[in-house]
Amino acid sequence: MRDGAAPVLEVSDLHTVFQTRDGAVHAVNGVSFSIAPGELLGVVGESGSGKSVTMMSLMGLLPSPPARIAGGSILYQGREVREMPAREMRALRGGEIGFVFQDPMTSLNPVFSVGYQLIEPLRAHLGLSKAAARTRAAELLGLVGIPDPQARLDDFPHQFSGGMRQRVMIALALSCDPKVLIADEPTTALDVTIQAQILELIRGLRRKLGMGIIWITHDLGLVAGIADRVMVMYAGCVVEQGPVRELFANPQHPYTIALLSTVPNVAGPRPHRLRTIEGQPPILTAPPQACPFAPRCPQVFNRCRVENPVRMRISDGHDAACWWDAATGEPRRA
Amino acid sequence: MPDAVAPPLLRVSDLKMHFPIFKGLLRRRVGEIKAVDGISFEIRAGETLGLVGESGCGKSTAGRAILRLYQPTAGAVELEGRDIATLEGDALRALRPQMQMIFQDPQASLNPRMTVASIIGEPLLEHARMDRSARRARVDELMDQVGLNRTYANRYPHEFSGGQRQRIGIARALALNPQFIVCDEPIAALDVSIQAQVVNLLEDLQEKLGLTYLFISHDLSMVRHLATRVAVMYLGRLVEVAAREDLYDAPLHPYTQALISAVPSPDPEIEARRHRIILTGDVPSPANPPKGCSFSTRCPKVFDRCRVDDPALRDLGHGRFAACHLVEPTGQAA
Repeated sequence: MRDGAAPVLEVSDLHTVFQTRDGAVHAVNGVSFSIAPGELLGVVGESGSGKSVTMMSLMGLLPSPPARIAGGSILYQGREVREMPAREMRALRGGEIGFVFQDPMTSLNPVFSVGYQLIEPLRAHLGLSKAAARTRAAELLGLVGIPDPQARLDDFPHQFSGGMRQRVMIALALSCDPKVLIADEPTTALDVTIQAQILELIRGLRRKLGMGIIWITHDLGLVAGIADRVMVMYAGCVVEQGPVRELFANPQHPYTIALLSTVPNVAGPRPHRLRTIEGQPPILTAPPQACPFAPRCPQVFNRCRVENPVRMRISDGHDAACWWDAATGEPRRA
Repeated sequence: MPDAVAPPLLRVSDLKMHFPIFKGLLRRRVGEIKAVDGISFEIRAGETLGLVGESGCGKSTAGRAILRLYQPTAGAVELEGRDIATLEGDALRALRPQMQMIFQDPQASLNPRMTVASIIGEPLLEHARMDRSARRARVDELMDQVGLNRTYANRYPHEFSGGQRQRIGIARALALNPQFIVCDEPIAALDVSIQAQVVNLLEDLQEKLGLTYLFISHDLSMVRHLATRVAVMYLGRLVEVAAREDLYDAPLHPYTQALISAVPSPDPEIEARRHRIILTGDVPSPANPPKGCSFSTRCPKVFDRCRVDDPALRDLGHGRFAACHLVEPTGQAA
């Protein structure tokens, strides 16, 4: 965390509910976080933990109905996003806040050339002329490491490989100089050697452009290598948050601890048997009254089953939502 | 450790699986995709061979050709000394119970209109002479073995979670007491905490039933956990085969080196100090592989000979094989 810098994006107590035919699903339950310029926040969690829904809620990308933001505030550079008129919101989305989605094939339009898809937002958001936008589009493709960018502008998405398509998506997200880049599992569909290329690219771009990046992933290894700060989500709640080294060296929440120990490694000691987390993540038809991890938690005790823990400070910038104290192995006294 | 002098359970020699490409109005044959282009390896009884590589390298095709889900183009597949690559009709059908497959996507590989009991019992109906009650007893036994509640026997696949569905697929594969199972990315579609559960189950079953696995995966850290030996595939060829420790501690082929270095480690301290090999470019098309060594277009150590002379997979002793001009027959990387 870069001290002193005002956060560019600040989310507090965000709630998102889906109204489905089978009743309500509480996907996001009081999520709070902030991101400073130039910072990379890794958001980790299993499928259904609410990490994507949180980010989609921020920018009003969820179809409503069934989705509804039931509470909380989203401050972008001090302004409340939830109260913005639709026009302003559109300018923000894809302009100052860029997105990269998981699957580059479904998020690029197959019937338009890559150049057209890059030029369109440049003209809409920045008001560039056609010629200027085309020059800028070629620059962007060059920036993300696509060889011969001028010529490739006229190619269509299917003429690019998976890794190259994801580079196009990143170029698209960067096109209007975003202050915040939200990347939702951008490398999950890619091979490891291609993933390594994309990670190297993001590391470089971040230094060069100084934007805040929110990187959603389920891969703890990836977060260890790229993030400044990590936020762990479970059942629509933030269960732990802290600087990357501190969190990996000193995990507090039993879910974080379990998550770290279930992942095998390509180096270092090789456990005889993998640790597992028994059971399944819950489906939340009501906001959690007790700790949502309690049914799977090895450290569970009575208080966990009746009261949902709030996030408690562990050290500077590190907090966890757990009644159990990892340092003493006893219930917390607070 | 299996006895070294015992003949291997499975021996694959120079297996080729080519798919024709048809083009034009007359659907003329204009070329072929060499998905698997001459691979040879052995699997001893009771061991797990990990087959790793990036998407499109032909690892799944290899698995399917070995199980005779395809008619191989050339080469031999010997199961217990008997060549099965050219078997047909009843002879092939009689062999099916000995070798089974666990598929990647449990959603797509289970018939949504069949109950769990009928899915698991179907191989018994086809291959075993059992009456209804014996079959029912066997299904119950299998469900116990894979950790599924017997009372769920009459439910349908959609009522189960991803991990449980994969257990159904495993139970079906075990129904006929096979010796050899091809696991084709069995955990790729599952969440991290569920992956560990399934991997532990596979290990338990191997120990209990003396199974032999071909474990196909792109996840190098999981392969390190599970496999006794590892084969690395690139563009339809094997580039390196070695015992697990040898391969991960001292990879010889530049591709294996790059692949292992590209896997992020869940430890920020290691990540910060790590030397990464970033490959440039994408995997070439198997319809038009490069001249000489197939890795020469991306290899960081490429030299003139690689572009003209295709290196063969050479035996380096101690069960180690590599296909690279830079690897000396003594097993040292030059």
